[in-house]
Amino acid sequence: TMDSCDTPESTPRQSASSRLKDYFIGAAPLQKRLESVRRQTSFVPTPPRRKIPQCSQLQEDVDPQKVAFLLHKQWTLYSLTPLYKFSYTNLKEYSKLLSAFIAAEKQKGRAVEVGEDFDIKVIFSALLGMKGTQRDPEAFLVQILSKSQLPSENREGKVLWTGWFCCIFGDSLLETVSEDFTCLPLFLANGAETNTALIGTWFQKTFDCYFSPLAINAYNLSWMAAMWTACKMDHYMATTEFLWSVPCSPQSLDISYAVHPEDAKALWDSVHTTPGEVTQEEVDLFMDCLYSHFHRHFKIHLSATRLVRVSTSVASAHTDGKIKILCHKYLIGVLAYLTELAIFQIE
Amino acid sequence: MLKEDCASDLKVHLAKSLPLPSNVTRPRIDLIVFVVNLHSKYSLRNVEESLHHVDAAFFLGKVGFLATGAGRESHCSVHRNTVAKLAHTYRSPLLFCDLEVEGFRATMAQRLVRMLQICAGHVPGVSALNLLSLLRSSENPSLEDL
Repeated sequence: TMDSCDTPESTPRQSASSRLKDYFIGAAPLQKRLESVRRQTSFVPTPPRRKIPQCSQLQEDVDPQKVAFLLHKQWTLYSLTPLYKFSYTNLKEYSKLLSAFIAAEKQKGRAVEVGEDFDIKVIFSALLGMKGTQRDPEAFLVQILSKSQLPSENREGKVLWTGWFCCIFGDSLLETVSEDFTCLPLFLANGAETNTALIGTWFQKTFDCYFSPLAINAYNLSWMAAMWTACKMDHYMATTEFLWSVPCSPQSLDISYAVHPEDAKALWDSVHTTPGEVTQEEVDLFMDCLYSHFHRHFKIHLSATRLVRVSTSVASAHTDGKIKILCHKYLIGVLAYLTELAIFQIE
Repeated sequence: MLKEDCASDLKVHLAKSLPLPSNVTRPRIDLIVFVVNLHSKYSLRNVEESLHHVDAAFFLGKVGFLATGAGRESHCSVHRNTVAKLAHTYRSPLLFCDLEVEGFRATMAQRLVRMLQICAGHVPGVSALNLLSLLRSSENPSLEDL
């Protein structure tokens, strides 16, 4: 990320809604806080703190059935720059335009995955309630469905590809753009890569935006592991698992470490001191405990290898920018962190 | 570094950690550069441990930190601010260099040799402490500027 001259001077402390304060300490995301600290005093790097995802109130307004299809699916993550002159009132129009675009590309022989023998239909729809604060723009969904050939059948076809755009607690980005732009920095796609590329091309041409694959480095994966382990769960449906990659020739070696979720939670509780928050020290301690336990048994320093995947009952994430959200309760919390990473990549 | 032209005899000693074995006689150490690989938490912990074995006198300009791997953000498991904080705590300069890149390596080697020459007292008029305060003042804006 580059220090841009356009970054606003003040952090949104005064203007932030209470919802925003629920997520960030001091109502300012990590990167902005660091920048403001850098400007105010001599450079003393401050460690980040984040709030443990809670069941946000907005979450309760979201119909769990409506978002159920978002869970238990693997999404590939991208960051997206603000969309120019995008309008929520034109969703039907966009559906038609994108359908036509895909059909045209199919003619040219580019849209191979979509299927030769059936027509497809594109649907744009709003995802209500998928936001952190009221300021966040509405999330929306794009789906490619196969159209049934038989005229008598009115049923919707099979969903071939899904992509959704959202912005959860995106204040730091929202402040920097003018009204012509719609900020939905986080894009999640499920389905064939060729379709993602097609849709991406259309969006880039139509709204002058830019998609960029969002990788998640080991540092952020450690944070996610800690934050998701910290989430209160009534019951656990999955083991807590970590995957490390050891670079060695000829092929890299993968080390997998599974922990019973209740043990992971117990470990977290033993290092956790600040109520409601997660600090860098706690994340480091949590991971260090896992590393030293492993070292005691196997004499391998996991800290010298690269963490590539974390999996908990809340969600699982892979360094290549793949995410699977398992728990509806913390959907917003997970998306909030991802939005933060997306914004960081854009800026 | 050894490829650089230097009037005196330049010796580089590489060590995985400190303290160095005490049963060997070695020439005076003029500069210690701690290399932290941002891709490896182990590397950071190792450096943190090793720092405890360094005599306080070295921290008057004869210690530097070199962080490598910042270029590949996706592989980082240590946040650059963590290293920055470490360097700040020990009042020593922090340099970033992707050691995997040939060009950067060569430039950094040059820089380190210059630093070493000053720390060894081979540059008249500039001491290690002078250099330290020069490097520090460029990092932190003085309070009067605010």
